[in-house]
Order: sequence, then structure tokens, then C-alpha cells
Amino acid sequence: MPIDILMPALSPTMEKGNLARWLKKEGDKVKPGDVLAEIETDKATMEVEAIDEGVLAKIVVPEGTADVPVNNVIGLIAGEGENAKSVAASGPFPMSEKTLDAPPAVPNAPAVASRTLNAESSPRIFASPLARRIAKEWGLDLASTTGTGPHGRIVERDVKTALAHAPAAVPAQDTKAPSVPLSTPPNELVRKNFALGSFEEILHDSMRKTIARRLVEASRTIPHFYLTADCNLDTLLRLREAINAAALMDKDAKPAYKISVNDFIIKALALALIRVPDANVTWTESAMLKHKHADIGVAVAIPGGLITPVVRAAEAKSLSVISSEMKDFSARARARKLMPEEYQGGSTAVSNLGMFGIKSFSAIINPPQATILAVGAAEQRVIVKDDAPAVASLMCVTLSCDHRAVDGDLGARLLAAFKTLVEQPAGMLV
Amino acid sequence: MADAYDILVVGGGPGGYVAAIRAAQLGFKTAVVEREHLGGICLNWGCIPTKALLRSAEIFHYLNHAKDYGLKVDGKIGFDPAAVVKRSRAVSAQLNNGVGFLLKKNKVDVIWGEATIASPGEVLVAASKKPAMQPPNPIPKGVLGASTYKAKNIIVATGARPRVIPGIEPDRTLIWTYFEAMVPKKFPTSLIVMGSGAIGIEFASFYRTMGTKVTVVEILPQILPAEDAEIAAHARKRFEKQGMEILTSTKVTRVEKKPDGVVATIEDSKGATRALEAERMISAVGVTGNVENPGLETLGVKMERGIIVADGMGRTNVPGIYAIGDVAGPPMLAHKAEHEGVICVEAIKGLDPQPLDKTMIPSCTYCNPQVASVGLTEERARELGIEVSIGRFPFIGNGKAIALGEPEGLVKTMFDAKTGKLLGAHMVGAEVTELIQGFVIAMNCETTEAELINSIFSHPTLSETMHESVLDAYGRVIHA
Repeated sequence: MPIDILMPALSPTMEKGNLARWLKKEGDKVKPGDVLAEIETDKATMEVEAIDEGVLAKIVVPEGTADVPVNNVIGLIAGEGENAKSVAASGPFPMSEKTLDAPPAVPNAPAVASRTLNAESSPRIFASPLARRIAKEWGLDLASTTGTGPHGRIVERDVKTALAHAPAAVPAQDTKAPSVPLSTPPNELVRKNFALGSFEEILHDSMRKTIARRLVEASRTIPHFYLTADCNLDTLLRLREAINAAALMDKDAKPAYKISVNDFIIKALALALIRVPDANVTWTESAMLKHKHADIGVAVAIPGGLITPVVRAAEAKSLSVISSEMKDFSARARARKLMPEEYQGGSTAVSNLGMFGIKSFSAIINPPQATILAVGAAEQRVIVKDDAPAVASLMCVTLSCDHRAVDGDLGARLLAAFKTLVEQPAGMLV
Repeated sequence: MADAYDILVVGGGPGGYVAAIRAAQLGFKTAVVEREHLGGICLNWGCIPTKALLRSAEIFHYLNHAKDYGLKVDGKIGFDPAAVVKRSRAVSAQLNNGVGFLLKKNKVDVIWGEATIASPGEVLVAASKKPAMQPPNPIPKGVLGASTYKAKNIIVATGARPRVIPGIEPDRTLIWTYFEAMVPKKFPTSLIVMGSGAIGIEFASFYRTMGTKVTVVEILPQILPAEDAEIAAHARKRFEKQGMEILTSTKVTRVEKKPDGVVATIEDSKGATRALEAERMISAVGVTGNVENPGLETLGVKMERGIIVADGMGRTNVPGIYAIGDVAGPPMLAHKAEHEGVICVEAIKGLDPQPLDKTMIPSCTYCNPQVASVGLTEERARELGIEVSIGRFPFIGNGKAIALGEPEGLVKTMFDAKTGKLLGAHMVGAEVTELIQGFVIAMNCETTEAELINSIFSHPTLSETMHESVLDAYGRVIHA
């Protein structure tokens, strides 16, 4: 029997991925551990390794194919004693185009359940294949669309009209997570605003689609509120200087570590979550997940988007460990080589735009996290100290909270704990 | 005077008689006014008789190539122009009778004469002053005569006539319109065809096959200007291989008449002129709507550039007056007129018909090789800024085409790369005028490439080239 090479699930929630590249050709011998292909997921490029020995008999899904469902056969390996050619000819294989509609093989109960329910409870919707495809792409519910085609059939113009006129009325949670934000009108309608030739069109990559989808979902479903505080950095900056000055030099005269202000912030936020454990939570419909460790996501800007690798159990890590983890994360994020488990989860995140001189801003929470800390620039300001004017380095931070999980009082206590740690940073060293 | 008609159709061409039959089906008391021939230009002097001529040419071509199929024809293969024309007239006459029969069967009154709309609701019919084409059609039995007729709804379906270029007016002896070109006493030894639209190219193809030296002069850079450039280029190559001379980006500036021939002065895009001599010339520079006669201007019916302005349901700005077919604007095609006629009548009935989508009107040219298309050309799609996926499949990869001895041809399909919408299909080759319907239906059902790919095309047929072209647009072509 030939051995199927299946589209791997790189994370529990992954439904489909893009087959970026085949590294073996049909006819190539493969042995366990050989890299067969590269899969591009939302945010990373992953390698598919051979588990069995044999000959790559057939490439079923060609490279460059987008949205290949998990567990689809992407290729075939002819085992020992098998004729690769006859294996290759043995088809047919489910092509990705045909299986896109099949429910994902990975557990994703809510999406599947709602789809089935919908199919059972509502009568058949008459719609043209083109109307169906556009509706699916834009997450439009055909049941609420009026058809003007023959016998009330829903046709392309109806879907376009619906998308142009009542986008906001479509509830996001009704449909399977759409690949693009719901509120955007169809491409042509947007494009019409600009003269032909006056713009270049750059197709979305999967990262852009994921950012768009997740942030629309977050801003629609999460009731945000914001808490802002100034933190005095004088002590922290002095401590940082002392710590960095104490770093041992290696043979190239490079210091063994160089702690950034951001490393302090990660550590401070982690310790604050441990001190205010009720804020170290994740909202689910039925329960609150109260985390035992403080996993801090850190937004890293990369060409074409951003990604949020997570420093796990940051409360237990030294500043130098956090610092070196972040350096490694940043480098691999830029190469899009982060593993899904490195950027999934977390109960809060840090987004720092201080290096651009941004004074303060508020960030959108990245689900499933309950909060996110938006960090502005540290700047020298005149403050009142002991009833007299004085100069101090102040940093403005804004904590966005998911009100379902973190109430005002709880969020304030978390931010106060953070402020205390930042202003008395010796507390982070023990 | 008789009771008022519910619907009175002015013009018994394909738009008018089909509208009348549909009206009768819907229970309307209906009449058609016709001045010369039921079935109009299409059936009497256009689509149908030319197909009969082209069929003679096709069989003549096969006889000349009998050897290619292992057949022997003893003796000289020749033709009798009079007999070829006679057959063509007989085909028209049969169908002309058929229309009369259909109208009678549906209890549609036929009023013989020239109509003038006196006011909304009132039509004057007088004997036609237009000289009838020769040979004339007999006046059908049982028709009503000149009188004043009342009608609640009047549909103008008066068709079109050949467009004339000032200074190069057809004299109908040396410079022909399609009328004369269809009933030649003999086939000329040489012929200039001015204009390379469907009419010009069909006559060029017919006469070339019958041995005439043919020169086509087209003012635009490509022949069959409405067609996709790639398909037109393919057809041009084939015509030239058959010995046709084709001059594009060239215009006829002057025509001098000789006792039995013409000398045309032609000018290319750089302004260089030369003389072109031929025994006859066909002026095929398009058609223009017959909007002058029915009294529309005095009624205040809105017109723009010789076209009656109608909404998607045939309604003009004057209540009770409708326009369909050629007078309602391009494309001036019989099947478009028929469809508009049905829509117009159904709208009067209040049936809420689907509006006509002009992007889904197919176009067929019955030259050798045939050309057929529907939807946007590639050039137009790119002008609109649509990102397209294009597939092509040549006839040489199709078993049936090879067996037929017709290995030259091309099917080109174009999809919206983002939605899979079929934007256009363009074909050149044997029998493509019959094949195009597959894509027309696909477009009307709004299929995407997925449904076309999943459809099973029977083997061996030329239609497999359509499937392969779609597969090619998605990188899955099998036989190429």
C-alpha cells in the first residue's frame, strides 16, 4: 500500500494551510526525517518531514496551493517493493478544490455544529454557484439575502447589493470565521473610488488575512475598556544601566546581555499578574480559565505585518533569559519561522511603540488574551515632587481590558501592581 | 373599426414576430404590422439566406477536398450561381411561410403596410412606398389592410438597414449591400469587401470559397473588431492562408465606377494611398436603425444617436410606446431582438422578467473557420481592471477535430481570478457557433469554474475543447 502524505495540523486550531513548496520531486527517494515540503500557516512556515522510507511517487497538491484542508492527501510515498509509477497512476486523489467544503478534520466543534444546525433548520437556499462563492468569501449569510434572479434565485448582483448596503447587519459569530472582515464592501466597489492605474494592488498573504480576521473579531466581540497611568522610570533606568554595565564581555568584547526597557516591562507585567491572579485569566463562554503562570505575548513588527510570540512563565524567568528569548523570537519572527505554539495563547500582551516617540495609545486585545498593555515613550517631564517642580522620566502606559474577564477594579489593581514594580524595579530582581 | 389591440407590434422581424407570439401566449389581443416580409431582414435577407449560401460553399469546399477523406469525385466539380441563389431563396421562403403560419396559429393579426404612430394608442397603416426587394415575397393570405388601428401598447420593432458612407453610396449594381450580394447573377472574379464585421467577413468567406479574389478593407487594426483580438488574429491567418487579402487600419476614401468594375482608392494608417481594382464591391460597414418612419419624433419619443432610448424592459419615455431590437440599440442581432421582445411583453403583462444582460449576448460569425463568443474580451476585462485567469485549448489536441479533418481552432476562456466568474469565452474553428451555447448557459446560471470542471463532456466531441480550455485556466489541462 502506498503511504499517504497528509496535510499536517500544525496546531490544534489549524484548519487549512498553504502548500508553499515541495523540496522533493516525484521519483525522489525519501527516508524518515527528510524534509518533503514547506507548509505556510497563518504566521509561520513549517516543514513536513517524511516518517516512512520509500519513493515520493506522486505530488497530489502542487506547490503554491492555498488553503489545503488539514488531513488532505498532499502526496504519496511508494513503500518498499512498490512501483512508484503505478502508485502515481492509482488516483483519483481528492483535490483541494473539491474538499474545501468538507468539514475540517481537526476538532472545531462550534463551527461544525453551527453549520450542521443551519443546514437542518432552514429550507434550501436557491443561489447561483457564483453568488454562493462570493457570499462564502465575504461571510455573507445567504439566508438573509433577497434573490432577484429567476424564481427568486440569489444571483451575483444580489450578493453584491447585500454586501454594499447592509454589511454591518451581518453578525460575525453566525458564520464560520470568514477569511476576510465582514464589513468591507466587495473589491470592485472599493476599487471604484480610485482612478484606474493610480494604485498598485497587493494581494493579501495569509498573515494579512489572519490579522484582519482576528482583529475584526476582537473589536466586535470583546467589550474593551482602557486604563491609563504614568510610570516614573528614573529608578528603572538607573538600575538598567547598572545591570548592563555589569555584563561580562565575551571574547569579541560583546556584553553577555543587554537588557532593554521592554524586557523590564515584560517581567513587571508577569509579576503583576502573579500578584493580582484574578486578572491572569482567559474568558470562555462557560468558564474563566485562571492561569497558573504569566505568559506574556510581545508584539513584534515584521515586514508585512506583526506577530506576537509568547514569553512563557515570564514571572519565573530572569531579565537576561527574557532578553535573549526576545532576541531569538524577533529574529525568527522576521524569517517567519516561529512555531505555532510559540505565538499561541498567553493571558496578556505588551505592545510598545515608544521607540517611535508615541506618547500613548490603546491597543486591541488579541484573543484569547484578556488584556494588552500599550506602552508609550519614556520622556523627561516636569513633575511635582515634594511640593516642588522636578524632572523625571515618565512612561505612559494604557491597559486594554476585556470587561467580560477583567472588571474595572481588577484591571486597575493589575495596572497599579505593574506601576509599583516598574517604579521600584528591585522587586523584579528577587 | 375593430376593437383596440392590447399589443400592436410594428415590424414582423425576429424581434417583432417573437414578441407577438409571446403576447398571444399571454392572452393579449395582438397584431403585427409588416410592410414587406414576415421574418424581417434576418430571415429573408440576412442570417438565414447567408447560412444557406455558406452551406453551398462549405459543401463545394468539401468536394474539392474529397481526396483528403479518401473519396473520389469523377468529373469537374463546379457550381451554378443561379441554383445556389435559388436554394438560398427557397430556404428563406420556407421559413417566411412558417412565420405566417405561426402567427396565424397563435391568432395574431397581420396588418400589411407601412405604420405610422399617430398618437399613443393609435397607428395609421398605409400601403408601403418602399420599393420591395427582388424577388419580392407574396403578400400572405388573410392579412388586414391599410387603416387606422387602436392599440393599448405599441412596440416599435422596425429593425435596421445597411449603413451608408457618404460618397461611397451603394449603387446596387457595382457597389453592393448585403441585399445584392445575396442574389448575384454570377459570382464576380474579384471583390472588395469594405468592413470586416460579421456581414463583411461572411460574404468574404463565401465568395473566396467560390473562387473569387477577395480583398477585405477594414478601418480598424483588427478584423472582426468586436471579437477578442487573439481569436480575430487566428481567423485572419486562416483567411489569408485561403488566399484572402486583408488590409487593416485601411480605409476606402473614394470609389470610381467603371463599366463593369470599380477602382477603390484606399489609404493606410500612414496616409499612403493606392488604387484597388475589382469587379464588384460590398459595402458592409454596419447597419443603422429604422427610426425615421413610425412618427416617433412628433410623439416626443426620446432618441440618442439614432437609437430609441428604452429602459431594460423596452419602455420609452412615452407611456404605451415600447422599442425592441435594432432600433433600441446594439448589438443589432436577431437573438437579442427576440429576447428583448419577450421581456417587453412580459413586463407589460406584469410578470417581472429578468432584465437583459448585454454581457451575455453571444455573437456568431459563420465564416470558415467559424467564430463565436460571449462575454468580455480579454482587452475589455483588462480595461476594467479585472484580474483574470485565462485558459486556451487548440483543436489540434482534440480527437474529434482531428477525425473531422478540422485540426485548426482555438477555445479561449476567461475567469475572474478572484471569484471564478466566467467572464468571457471566445472560439474559432469548426462548429464553434453551435458550441458557444454551453458557455452562454454557464454564464446565465452563474457557474464558476468548479461546475464547469466537474461537468462531464461527452467523448469524442469538439465540446471537449471547451472543458480543456477551462481546465487550462486553472493549470489542469490534460491534452496540451
